[in-house]
Amino acid sequence: MSEAIIDVKGLGKKFKAFTAVDAVSFSVQKGEIFAFLGPNGAGKTTTIRMLTTMLRPDFGSVRINGFDPVKQQHDVRASFGIVFQDFSLDNELTALENLRFHAALYHVPKKLAEERIEQLLKLVELFDKKDSFIKTYSGGMKRRLEIARGLIHHPKILFLDEPTLGLDPQTRNKMWAYIQQLNKKEKMTVFFTTHYMHEAEKYAHRIAIIDHGKIVISGTVKELRKNTRTKSLEDAFLRLTGHGMRAESSGTVDAMRAAAKSWGNR
Amino acid sequence: MSAVYVLWLRQLIRYWRTRSRIIGSLAQPLLFLVALGFGLGPIYAQAGGGNYIQFLAPGIIGMTILFTAMFSGMEVIWDRQLGFLKETLVSPSSRFSIFFGRTLGGATVALIQGVVIFLITLLFGFRPISLLSLPLVLVFMFLLAYIFTALGTALASAVEDMQAFPLIMNFIIMPVFFLSGALYPLENAPSGIKLIALFDPLSYQIDALRQLLNGVSHFGLAIDFGITLACALLVSLLGVYLFNRVEV
Repeated sequence: MSEAIIDVKGLGKKFKAFTAVDAVSFSVQKGEIFAFLGPNGAGKTTTIRMLTTMLRPDFGSVRINGFDPVKQQHDVRASFGIVFQDFSLDNELTALENLRFHAALYHVPKKLAEERIEQLLKLVELFDKKDSFIKTYSGGMKRRLEIARGLIHHPKILFLDEPTLGLDPQTRNKMWAYIQQLNKKEKMTVFFTTHYMHEAEKYAHRIAIIDHGKIVISGTVKELRKNTRTKSLEDAFLRLTGHGMRAESSGTVDAMRAAAKSWGNR
Repeated sequence: MSAVYVLWLRQLIRYWRTRSRIIGSLAQPLLFLVALGFGLGPIYAQAGGGNYIQFLAPGIIGMTILFTAMFSGMEVIWDRQLGFLKETLVSPSSRFSIFFGRTLGGATVALIQGVVIFLITLLFGFRPISLLSLPLVLVFMFLLAYIFTALGTALASAVEDMQAFPLIMNFIIMPVFFLSGALYPLENAPSGIKLIALFDPLSYQIDALRQLLNGVSHFGLAIDFGITLACALLVSLLGVYLFNRVEV
């Protein structure tokens, strides 16, 4: 057994009476690509927020690269990179400025940052648009830029929260090829969530499925199929989590986007 | 490029790119200068106070900086809603450097606004007694900008409701402004007002500006400077404390 770079024991978070994450335990080995799956509102993003120091857990313990996200926030933050589920670019800046600021915030040496920025902008095919303001970008372009941004500093652990949502297959494939290369070359651990089952099937070494705040199963794709006696991951997923659709609290973000629009998006 | 520099630069770039707002935010202090300066000027002169524009100008400069600085805290709320705040908060840059960079940026913008209104007051007949004190004037203007940007930023980090923020700001800004002696001399004010002004941080920077630009002071420059520095330190500590607790 290799060492666990993410180690989670009995992790939980309550929002008033609602338990979003209920005593979840799992571990991710160093150099692994790990898929964290679940229906909408199952607790995926809340878990990621607790792992990445954005949210304080109510109970349980977490170790990220050996550090505690509550007590050693700085060491934890220095260990990972993240592509968020929602947009997090500065609309008033250009693409290049967004990437450069990110590189500075993550302490990437200037020369190395410039090299990687150019390489990544070409990868996501936004190099020609590098001096355009983000407010002129389409949703898909923003997504691509955010992925490029998340890869500028090569972190030990990369969190990807539904990174490929709204991307065409061409971009998805390219992005994954690049991530797999980083994973092999730099032993970068990848922790991602997705709703595309074939993506998890194709790229993840191991998978965990969470529902109603609890992990219902974890293992390799083969193990999951075997344990649920199904032919594909999608069938396994549906068998475990049921066919009913889920309500997800739209939260403040959507309300805010609407407000931002009515304010002219500044 | 460190986080402090980058976040400072970001504020300046954003300020420069939304120049239309510069003009808008100068309208209010200009109105105060014209309406109060010329409206109350004759009465002030009759009462033996001298030239009211001359007295008022440092107060209006302070007002401009106060308003710009406090409302730059609003940017934290925007950044929270549009996601950019978490991009900075999960980075390995310390929360202190993030808070400090943002505050320096907002304070620099407020300082520029203050300088612009300073130049405008000259057009309306304001004449500083000496130009030698100008560097010190800028120091006090900057400290004033820093204190209230830090306060606005710190409060905004604790408020998630965008609608509530302007209300809270006005609840703080208005008393701070009107009870500071920006508009009237504290010398002859009733003791109640005098007492309140003692606890109003803005009183001290306005008083210092008046000492440096008009040669009159209520508290004395040393006290002004000491209390201003203490306030700057205090709001910095508050800001770092609150920023360390932000969840996104």
